Amino acid sequence: MPSTLFQKVWDAHSVRRLPTGQTQLFIGLHLIHEVTSPQAFDMLRARGDRVAFPERTIGTVDHIVPTKNQRRPFIDLKAEEMLSSLERNCREYGVQLLDLQSGQQGIVHVIGPELGLTQPGMTIACGDSHTSTHGAFGAIAFGIGTSQVRDVLASQCLAIEPLKVRRIEVRGRPGAGVYAKDVILTIIRRLGVNGGVGYAYEYGGETIDRMSMDERMTICNMSIEGGARVGYVNPDQKTYDYLQARRFAPHGDAFERAVRWWSSLASDPDAAYDDRVVIDAAEIKPTVTWGINPGESVSVDEAIPADADSEALAFMGVARGQRVSGTPIDVAFIGSCTNGRLSDLREAARLVRGHHVASHVKALVVPGSQSVRAAAEREGLDRVFTDAGFEWRGAGCSMCLAMNDDRLEGTQVCASSSNRNFKGRQGSPTGRTLLMSPAMVAAAAIAGEIVDVRQFSATEAVVGR
Amino acid sequence: MAVERIQRVSGTALPVRGDNIDTDRIIPARFLRSVSFEGLETHLFEDDCREAAARESNSHPAANPIFAPATVMIVNRNFGCGSSREHAPQAIRRRGIRAIVGESYSEIFFGNATALGMPCVSAAPDVVSALLDLAETMPSTEFVVDLQSMTVTAGDSTRPIALPAPARDAFLTGTWDATGLLLSDFDEVYAVAERLPYISGW
Ligand code: SF4
Repeated sequence: MPSTLFQKVWDAHSVRRLPTGQTQLFIGLHLIHEVTSPQAFDMLRARGDRVAFPERTIGTVDHIVPTKNQRRPFIDLKAEEMLSSLERNCREYGVQLLDLQSGQQGIVHVIGPELGLTQPGMTIACGDSHTSTHGAFGAIAFGIGTSQVRDVLASQCLAIEPLKVRRIEVRGRPGAGVYAKDVILTIIRRLGVNGGVGYAYEYGGETIDRMSMDERMTICNMSIEGGARVGYVNPDQKTYDYLQARRFAPHGDAFERAVRWWSSLASDPDAAYDDRVVIDAAEIKPTVTWGINPGESVSVDEAIPADADSEALAFMGVARGQRVSGTPIDVAFIGSCTNGRLSDLREAARLVRGHHVASHVKALVVPGSQSVRAAAEREGLDRVFTDAGFEWRGAGCSMCLAMNDDRLEGTQVCASSSNRNFKGRQGSPTGRTLLMSPAMVAAAAIAGEIVDVRQFSATEAVVGR
Repeated sequence: MAVERIQRVSGTALPVRGDNIDTDRIIPARFLRSVSFEGLETHLFEDDCREAAARESNSHPAANPIFAPATVMIVNRNFGCGSSREHAPQAIRRRGIRAIVGESYSEIFFGNATALGMPCVSAAPDVVSALLDLAETMPSTEFVVDLQSMTVTAGDSTRPIALPAPARDAFLTGTWDATGLLLSDFDEVYAVAERLPYISGW
């Protein structure tokens, strides 16, 4: 029977049906970090369990790492305690840790793919909701809580219920200045922040097919902001080309055999879906959020809708009918697991080259991983950014959620390439976040206010204010 | 681990109004800077409480001592969306809440709460709205969430609730802590792993 990738991967990893009716699902790759794993190891200890498949778990440190001074012990003692605890747990249970000395540390959803750990057909779990990112490779990847991290450590399995599959087809070609971020923000706006509850999102169509792996990761990353715990793209030649020669990917003949298996997993052309949605790429414009959830967005040249939520308007200090372009910003943040990869930095650098950050704006670039940072430096992107007045930082989550010392102050407004504009998300309970593509963040940093990146790159008229 | 069957939860209620209340609001990230869950309850809804206090209009129910003894929480739609942090249900449970009644939940939050033995049952919007009103106007009202009869009783009215069968069974049979189940018959797990080409070595 024709079926979807979701169904094929699910079936291949199903151990049995549990008495509760849930499926016991084998997890092929488990990624851990310092925030959601220490309590899980403690629970494991309390039960006296071992880690069942230590070689199938890999750790890194991302959320709390300082991105300025990374010398140990960290000045921030709580951060130091969290990293030390992760180090101790990994050592004790035989789990590999990609730490700050490894040269391969970074945001867990950036390093999985770039090291070739993430592969098509895998089930992947991590104590972080943006685990959906890994679906870009045709993996079924989802975020889990700490008790489930314990379950995966103890058994390499999860007790979980299957999802329905919604095919989201993005047809045609988006115009200039429209990025993957705009595509996913548009999808979330259309389907709602809880529209995906109960579903895995399968993204396809010409727009998605033409996207690079980095762009597909941006799309899958934000599935959870639309309520979908899982998002994926069927693997294709681009996927295989990306994985070839990566550290943990199969090599030589094994790679050829792997490609045959991977290709067999893609959804069959006549597979049945629980739901289908078609989006016309030509209608997508550069998009910016104005509210306090990622579904509250408008295109940059559009007015805030008349039915906008009052609580969100009050918190953000904006009004119905107002346009987001022209909104002054205080901070510009380029980074995160959504848009902290090399191609994001290249595009942002292309826009800032030869310009300077507006004098009232604090702007920072936080590469998603040490490898991204090193690659960017080999291309001289660090100089482009620092010459333009951006700070160039070490790899980590940084101001995406402000668990280190990078955070908004008071009611600052931040143009951010991250994924969440929740109240308080960037560290100040009253701080305000506007989500947009990294190119739009770069343009806003230079202009000192939200501008339409299409006009910015065409005329450069807003430069140097 | 001892089997604890959860059939009913009763007590007064904590009403928390609003759709899409995300886990960053339930427990802001700065309180996650710890290697344990201890003490999280003291920061539950902290920023929302502060914001409500600043507005002077009304204090946030989580900051109102009247609701301190509550064991049932009433919420609206898509509660617990956003970050997967189990710190959110941990903070709620450590605050004394043993069951949540709401319109709907994010899946990850639902799963996390289930793993802690805290049922998240759903009810129709008009039921939730009535329960919120009742909890706010008569905070001493006793609420009974019954997973056997699948009802919520408050005051003199009894209304239907819903809970997916697997979660309901897990509570009723005391198997909501999945680890034990997952570790039984482990040979099957090895068999599945061996069949996966990326594990058997292509
Ligand atoms: S970059 Fe942000 S969203 Fe991504 S893992 Fe880090 S904190 Fe979470």
